[in-house]
Amino acid sequence: MKKLLEKLTIHSILIAVSLLSIFPFIWLISTSLKGNSENIFAYPPQIIPTDFTFDNYIGVWDKVNFIGYFVNSMIVAGGTVLLNLILSAMAGYPLARMEFKGKKVTFFAILATIMIPFQAIMLPVYLITLKLHLVDTVNNLAGFIGLIMPFAVSAFGIFLMRQAFLSIPREMEEAAIVDGCNVFQVFWKVLIPMVKPSLAVLAIFTFIGSWGEFLWPSIVLTKEAMYTLPVGVNNLQGMFSSNWRFIAAGSILSTIPILIFFLSMQRYFISGENEGAVKG
Amino acid sequence: MFKYYGKYAPYLFILPAAIVLVIFFFIPFFQTFVLSFMDYSKDIYNPNFVGWQNYIQLFHNPIFYKVLWNTFIYLFVAVPILAIFPLFLAILINQKIRGVTLYKILIYLPVIVSIVVAAIAFKWLYAEQGILNYAVSTIGINPIGWLTDPKYALYSVIIVTIWKGIGYYMIIYLAALMSVPKELYEACDIDGANFLTKHLTVTVPHIMPTIALVTTISAISAMKVFAEIYVMTKGGPLNSSKTIVYYIYERAFENLDLGFASAMAVVLLIIVMIFSLINIFCFERNKYQI
Repeated sequence: MKKLLEKLTIHSILIAVSLLSIFPFIWLISTSLKGNSENIFAYPPQIIPTDFTFDNYIGVWDKVNFIGYFVNSMIVAGGTVLLNLILSAMAGYPLARMEFKGKKVTFFAILATIMIPFQAIMLPVYLITLKLHLVDTVNNLAGFIGLIMPFAVSAFGIFLMRQAFLSIPREMEEAAIVDGCNVFQVFWKVLIPMVKPSLAVLAIFTFIGSWGEFLWPSIVLTKEAMYTLPVGVNNLQGMFSSNWRFIAAGSILSTIPILIFFLSMQRYFISGENEGAVKG
Repeated sequence: MFKYYGKYAPYLFILPAAIVLVIFFFIPFFQTFVLSFMDYSKDIYNPNFVGWQNYIQLFHNPIFYKVLWNTFIYLFVAVPILAIFPLFLAILINQKIRGVTLYKILIYLPVIVSIVVAAIAFKWLYAEQGILNYAVSTIGINPIGWLTDPKYALYSVIIVTIWKGIGYYMIIYLAALMSVPKELYEACDIDGANFLTKHLTVTVPHIMPTIALVTTISAISAMKVFAEIYVMTKGGPLNSSKTIVYYIYERAFENLDLGFASAMAVVLLIIVMIFSLINIFCFERNKYQI
């Protein structure tokens, strides 16, 4: 009896917290489905729309280039992930496996970047990006490169890959070298296939971080055609000033891709195995 | 193991990452200090050296103290909640109950959703004739200006940050809870200890390093908040919800006063570096062993 009461209490607390976690989205969805004849400020508020309609979605889809924002976000997040995988794996390898002059200095220099928040150095980063002509006023490609490069590699990724290489038995490399592989073949054909799980973790967390990035794109972007999803969604507020039906519909639309990504990859996020995979 | 790589191989492997880090981290890091001694406000293309003038201006500016104060309120409200409440949830989820995966997914959802969407969703909850004001009216309270009253705006924004962080820290705690030996709980059950004593005497001491880790990571991320404020209040009303990063952004990109903004950035840099040093040396040392 006592056990049952305990379980009931636990479930009610967890249900309450779960509801609080999703309620802001539920209310947004509810608003986005209400037609013009329904007062969205009605007291008491109605969760289930009485004038149910998809018109707001159709309306916002016609006026806002969501496909464009989505493609831009994919290019930026995809490029960021690809560069992080390549650069982190390459840099992590010698730090795990080789002896060379300046190893200690390199190690601590990379470690030091963990302590430097992007927000504190963003002004010079912006000036440098301008100087390198990596902005969308030059052309779109330059704009994308400018969005990606400041996040192309991180100390977190390098250390994650270094750890992965450290856990591989050295015999694997020795066997390959006896078979006549050079250092690049050892890296590419022997080691990389063995660190795939770490690469997957790095890819997923880099993707999420890059997909949600808001500060940097809102500093460098000047053309609406270059907007990523977060910048585009923020812009809805200006476009539709107080048309909350459209703002709500647009916000929900923009969330669908990352929701699908999360649900299909959920075990990476909630298993707890990747604790320390720090968000952006 | 015999040396199978050439003299230059290690450098070739590190070079691409090094180029990016030098251009986008190390040069900007030092340049932040340089910029903070320059005056950009008269001519953005030809700044002139002004010594400590930006710092003097900064320390004589009442908004600076307001912003600093707001940032510390952010820390003092958000960090304790984010260090304790997710632990409580993790302990509950860690009991042998059904539906654990569903709870985890729902509570983690705010973490992966864009902060911009989250801020818009809350802005809608906080609306003048919105659902929250309806809720308070049912208990007889007059409508509250959640985002428009200087007394409440900062706290309304902090709630969004907390709401978005709970799931993330809960998962970190869940991982840590796996390492607590089950026998200790069994011993407690035999002694007839209640829920609270059980976890205060067994769980908390056991996962103290994780609690400390969560405290510092959440403190560092509270120092860096920007999007919530940008989307919901733009720092207003009357600077009541303005924090350090938003102020840097505003001075740099709206007033084009890069020198002043850089002096502010140096202040941010120093505070975050202190937190990070504590974090690296106390809690994550083994991860970064050479």
